Amino acid sequence: MIAELGLAALWLAAALAVLQLVGGALALTARGSALGDLVRPVAVVQGLLALVAFAALIRVFAVTDLSVRLVALNSHSMKPLVFKIAAAWGNHEGSMLLWVTVMGLAGGFVALVERRLPERTMLATLAGQAFVSLGFYAFLLIASNPFERLATPPAEGNGLNPLLQDLGLAFHPPTLYLGYVGLSVAFSFAIGALVTREVGPAFARAMRPWVLGAWIFLTLGITAGSYWAYYELGWGGWWFWDPVENASLMPWLAATALLHSCGVLAARNALRAWTIMLGVVAFSMSMVGTFLVRSGILTSVHAFAVDPQRGTFILALLAINIGGALTLFGLRAGTVTEGERFAVVSREGALVMNNVLLSAILGIVLFGTLYPLAAEAMGAKVSVGPPYFNPVSALFFVPMLVVLAVGPLLRWRQDKLDRIGKGLALPAAMVVVALLAVLMIGGAGLLPYLGLALGAGLAVASFLPLRDRNLRRTPLPIWGMVIAHFGVAVALLGMASESAYSVERLVALRVGESTAVGPWSVRLASVDPVAGPNWTALEGKLEVRYAGGAVEVARPQARNFWAPAQQTSESSLLTRWNGQLYSVLGEEASDNRWQVRLWWKPFVTLIWLGGMLIALGGVLAVIGHVLSDWRRIVARSRIADRRESQGR
Amino acid sequence: MATVHSPRIKAKHQRLVLLVIALAVVLLAGLLAAWALRSQASYFYVPSEIVAKPPEADRFVRLGGMVEKGSLKTAPDGVTIRFVVGDGKSRVPVSFSGIVPSLFVEGSGVVAEGRMQPGGTFKADNLLAKHDENYVPREMQNMTQAQARKVVAETQ
Repeated sequence: MIAELGLAALWLAAALAVLQLVGGALALTARGSALGDLVRPVAVVQGLLALVAFAALIRVFAVTDLSVRLVALNSHSMKPLVFKIAAAWGNHEGSMLLWVTVMGLAGGFVALVERRLPERTMLATLAGQAFVSLGFYAFLLIASNPFERLATPPAEGNGLNPLLQDLGLAFHPPTLYLGYVGLSVAFSFAIGALVTREVGPAFARAMRPWVLGAWIFLTLGITAGSYWAYYELGWGGWWFWDPVENASLMPWLAATALLHSCGVLAARNALRAWTIMLGVVAFSMSMVGTFLVRSGILTSVHAFAVDPQRGTFILALLAINIGGALTLFGLRAGTVTEGERFAVVSREGALVMNNVLLSAILGIVLFGTLYPLAAEAMGAKVSVGPPYFNPVSALFFVPMLVVLAVGPLLRWRQDKLDRIGKGLALPAAMVVVALLAVLMIGGAGLLPYLGLALGAGLAVASFLPLRDRNLRRTPLPIWGMVIAHFGVAVALLGMASESAYSVERLVALRVGESTAVGPWSVRLASVDPVAGPNWTALEGKLEVRYAGGAVEVARPQARNFWAPAQQTSESSLLTRWNGQLYSVLGEEASDNRWQVRLWWKPFVTLIWLGGMLIALGGVLAVIGHVLSDWRRIVARSRIADRRESQGR
Repeated sequence: MATVHSPRIKAKHQRLVLLVIALAVVLLAGLLAAWALRSQASYFYVPSEIVAKPPEADRFVRLGGMVEKGSLKTAPDGVTIRFVVGDGKSRVPVSFSGIVPSLFVEGSGVVAEGRMQPGGTFKADNLLAKHDENYVPREMQNMTQAQARKVVAETQ
């Protein structure tokens, strides 16, 4: 019954999306049409209905209703409740339902609160949002119905992939989806502005919180995903340049460029056509990412559903949405009037460089991700990995770091480099000192050295915009920028330190034997069987000491899940302020020895700390912008009230 | 008059400078990516291909095939394993140091990532076995038709 309710809500939501699209489009052609008044409420109800459908899916998963095909395939009555619920979106159909739900709710929220833009632009925006949603509704209802029933329910479900039975991962996909789909709002705003030719600071101010919000979720999602891959896959790596990871990185790069160009448009009314273009590109990258992940077209350590029909469907959606948007852009971009002018050496100039370099990195990642597909069409099977991505993207990342240090110090419109030269002396000195220090320590490659030196310089440079400012009166968005830029430096230091100074040790130990890794001494004290709710495991007890200090215990496990039958290794992480000891228990070798793999990774945690700082910067910026918009609205209505009372 | 006009001309000029920089960066990125992909992409081989036409030394490649039954041996250090990967036509000895994926067994399919050694041994840095009952590394699906059938029959 619940499943049927969910399906009915989904069909109804799709019908309302049709109404939203047609109503919005008709109201645009015939001004003052009554249909126009319908569009906003329809958008809100559409979002709520999608939410009802999603709640219904969670309900059938929570009670493990095995007569629903999706539950039987992906869940199991013996699982902990939180993983039963997480299983609702841990599969293809459920994740697509989550996608339309977020999309519907985002559209409804825009319809509810956004009052700054001209009504016609809003109508076009909501119609655009409905158009994109409709494609995904069709995809769900035609090719991947999540509520399909089985004629004969099985006695037990197939269970969820044990790798996915992890708290971090349970909330990783929804976070990323909020980011992916949040960008759909930017896409729709761009379409709306193109249709009505209303591109300007007001448009940028309306779009910016959405871009920032989506970008924050993408940042958090990528950070969490990287940490999950690090501790759950047991390979000790934190980024594999895997197609699925690239699929989340590409929208992030585009969104980062977009939020910077949005800033220029809002403050200076420049980069008008370019901002629109980025709005289209950012959501296109979300859809490309979804296509790559969901079609199973690329080899991936994550490897989701492989189904050619679905791949074709998403590809068609991709072609319609991106092709349509780019055609509209091509037709209308010429009529978007030129924005305010600025000199090459200016804040705008630096932000243009930021955009160009980010776009170059985006192109490099996209190219490398799609290359295996192109090669396969020509008959060669290749995979592209770190030897391509690391050096090529670094070539553009390094100049971007320089722009990142210099740009925020420049004035809008026109400036001179000698004016800010003195301020940059301190970070430049930091770079030199750090470079000398790492060269003296030695033992790493060129890229890690460069990363450590530039990271140290950037960490100082990121605070320079606060110089000469009254800290109490500094607006929140400035604080957000400073903290996010500092986060980039912190993450960079973590990445460089991890790749420069990690120590690895792979040994076979008898119980009672010891080994050493970096400053740690490690003794295998025992290996014991332990049991969890749906698994049994062998747990190694490692007694470890840092530089002869007190004994701590690490407990890596080799787990055996029984539904589905699969083994995973649960690594153990011991975190100190200056790094992590990472240990994995392998198989029992011959003669009673156990394989133990150990890593000492100095300052590796800075990578994810940096990611969180970047997201925190975004949060401060959103709060700052929304508050100042709010104050402006309040002030305006007060002035209007005063005029009215004076008029009497 | 000139003083009125010159800033505008200058502004246009500067716009052009930005455009040229942007185009140069994009072009550079494209060329670099194309060049790096040609030299850094790692190719996929089956044993008969890698024996007939071995890749350059130190080139990172992937080798996919079946782990021969009875070929798996553990070295005295307890962490290095040696086995033979075959495709019915040729056989390649492989060595690997590390914790093997849990579903890596003799008679099953595997993709090894690593480099060909001068002696004809393949030194693997990483082994990809089937992830779970639903997942076979993609390359395995179309090694050769016969093998594909064999692997699929075995994994499903």
